[in-house]
Amino acid sequence: MIRRTMLVLTASVAAFTMATGFAVAQDVLKLGASAPKTGPLAGGAAVTHWPNIKLWIHEVNGRGGLKVGDKRLKVELVEYDDKTSGEEAVKNIQRLATVDKVDFIVSPYGTGLNAATAPIIARHGYPHIAATAATDSVAVFAKRWPNSFWLLGSSTQQAQGAVAALEKARKAGHIGNRVAVVHVADAFGLELIAAGKPALQKAGFEIVYEANYPLGTQDLAPIVSQAKAARPDAFVAFSYPPDTFALTEQAQIQKLEVGAFYVGVGTAFPSYIGRFKDTANGILGIGGVNMASKEMQEYRRKHREVTNAEADYWASAMTYASLQILEQAIERAGTLDRAAVIAEIKKTPAKTVLGELPLADNINHRLWTVGQWQDGVFHGVASTGLEGAREPIRKPAWK
Amino acid sequence: MTQLSAGEIRIALIGAAAVAAAAMLPVFDQGFYLTLSLNIVLFAALCTAWTLFSGPTHYISLATAAFFGLGTYSVALGIDVLPFPVLVAAGGAVAALLAGLVGAATLRISGVYFVIFTLGLAELIRQIVSWTQVKLGASMGLYVFTDFSEAHIYWMMLALTVAVFATGWLITRSRLGFALQIIGNDEQVARHCGIDTARLKIVLFMISGAFIGMAGAILAPRYSYVEPPAAFSPTVSFLVVIMALLGGTRRLWGPLVGVVPFTIVMEFVSARFPNDTPIVIGLAFLAIVFVLPDGVLGRLEQLRARLRRSRPASPAAVAAKEPA
Repeated sequence: MIRRTMLVLTASVAAFTMATGFAVAQDVLKLGASAPKTGPLAGGAAVTHWPNIKLWIHEVNGRGGLKVGDKRLKVELVEYDDKTSGEEAVKNIQRLATVDKVDFIVSPYGTGLNAATAPIIARHGYPHIAATAATDSVAVFAKRWPNSFWLLGSSTQQAQGAVAALEKARKAGHIGNRVAVVHVADAFGLELIAAGKPALQKAGFEIVYEANYPLGTQDLAPIVSQAKAARPDAFVAFSYPPDTFALTEQAQIQKLEVGAFYVGVGTAFPSYIGRFKDTANGILGIGGVNMASKEMQEYRRKHREVTNAEADYWASAMTYASLQILEQAIERAGTLDRAAVIAEIKKTPAKTVLGELPLADNINHRLWTVGQWQDGVFHGVASTGLEGAREPIRKPAWK
Repeated sequence: MTQLSAGEIRIALIGAAAVAAAAMLPVFDQGFYLTLSLNIVLFAALCTAWTLFSGPTHYISLATAAFFGLGTYSVALGIDVLPFPVLVAAGGAVAALLAGLVGAATLRISGVYFVIFTLGLAELIRQIVSWTQVKLGASMGLYVFTDFSEAHIYWMMLALTVAVFATGWLITRSRLGFALQIIGNDEQVARHCGIDTARLKIVLFMISGAFIGMAGAILAPRYSYVEPPAAFSPTVSFLVVIMALLGGTRRLWGPLVGVVPFTIVMEFVSARFPNDTPIVIGLAFLAIVFVLPDGVLGRLEQLRARLRRSRPASPAAVAAKEPA
């Protein structure tokens, strides 16, 4: 009796395994992801990158899966930690492509890792939609790897955006011509200052103080006090997250009163408003969103619901948009053929949370460059080709 | 000394066969296993080069990232101007130069002072490179676009590893190697024998650094975009020390028995537990310290000794005890 029960049990388990096994083989789209979970970029990826993958898969599977031809494919994620290292990232992509044999790959996180993996992603023929690489190299990258798409724009665009925001502030009478500019001495800061300085001069601003500091500098008090001594009307820092926070803190402590205060990457993070609360009001930084848009409100609400975390106000939406671009191209192409999907991405602009994003030349030209904290929301105040920019307000005195 | 013993010839043949087998790998797989093997060969070259110096002298050097990054930068700066092999040689030369300067300044200090100094060195070089680029107004991200595939880089790295082993073997056969053995046993005694210990250590540090620099140069095409934080990542320095010590540094092939299992276990852990890698790696380290306090090499030799004890000692077994 027991033996027969066992036999039936075993048989049903075997049948079940086989059935699910077949289901896996047919009705699943395997999506690979390799990005930092440890290492220097892990913090940023935990805010901007991973939650959006989770949200997108939740959304797509909630709809019943991706529509490919006449089938519905559920998305299954294979994820690896690249430890913020180029070697690890290349190895992960190889593993995803040749061992896991995933159908598509989510782009890695950050400029360096996207560049390091671009040749290997290109060799395997996957579409590479980079949402978190902002560098002047995007034109070079896009030309070299025709399967790659670069959504976050160039450093030059970001720097020109910052100057455009200052011009608006000057026109509104918030500031005069005196600007203090500082930047972090790494690839990003250098590109921004190289484009920002001539743009400032061309716009008729006078640079009264200029300085740079090495990546990872802990003590930025001297920089802020020297900037203050130069009596600027506006303060501009092309900075990275740790120094973005440190500069803001020092400016607050030393009461660097300016009509426009701009800091770089990290200003748009939820942790920034969490740290500075009301003091953040009026602070400018890289990023921005159009909160008047229904899609954006909907996206941010879902992000909060599904991931239990607030989306950042810069690359989060772009990361989500990159997955929407992939999703719509696959559905339009009606196939998992990678070359067909790449052609489809180029051909038809996708409708994303940021609006339509045309990618005919593999580069996205529609993006927010500058945002400003206004009553707890980081509204876009300068963009290239996007609607809904708000007027910048004058930076109130530090509290 | 000049005549090759039967044992040495046998080891050379086994080594040649292993290298030939390894060189055939890209024929069978161009994907993940090739990339994993490239990482193994990379660390085999780095750890063995590290052991060339740190093995006999017992100086723990954390300068690997400095030499490695200099090699990478030599290629990144010159890729549009000079042919690749010249750049690899240049990377080695620059790294050797740095090792010579550093060695002359620091190899008279010892123990923890040397460790701290070399740890700071990688950061110092990174800041100097960044500073120079800021001053020159150059773009900090440099492209390394080549037509090399993973297989090409793998073969070059394999060749470098063979060169490191050959050099290490030649050193042990030379007067230098003999002197080093004495230094390693007791530096005081070595000095009393009339050995210029400082000079020998500097020479050895330069050889070791040159190979690490060349490894960095060979790997540069793989990044395609070189920035100081990635090129001078301190993680490389620590990984090299961990793997080499896991293997054992008393034999030339010691690091190899550390690199291979370490890379494979790390790979297994990061593939299976992508969200808990640091915890699992931490537990693995604890296990290693308790189970293998003398490294894999120490455990292997212990096993061999136990085997030998269970059998009657023969003259052949005694001869085989000579270092390979």
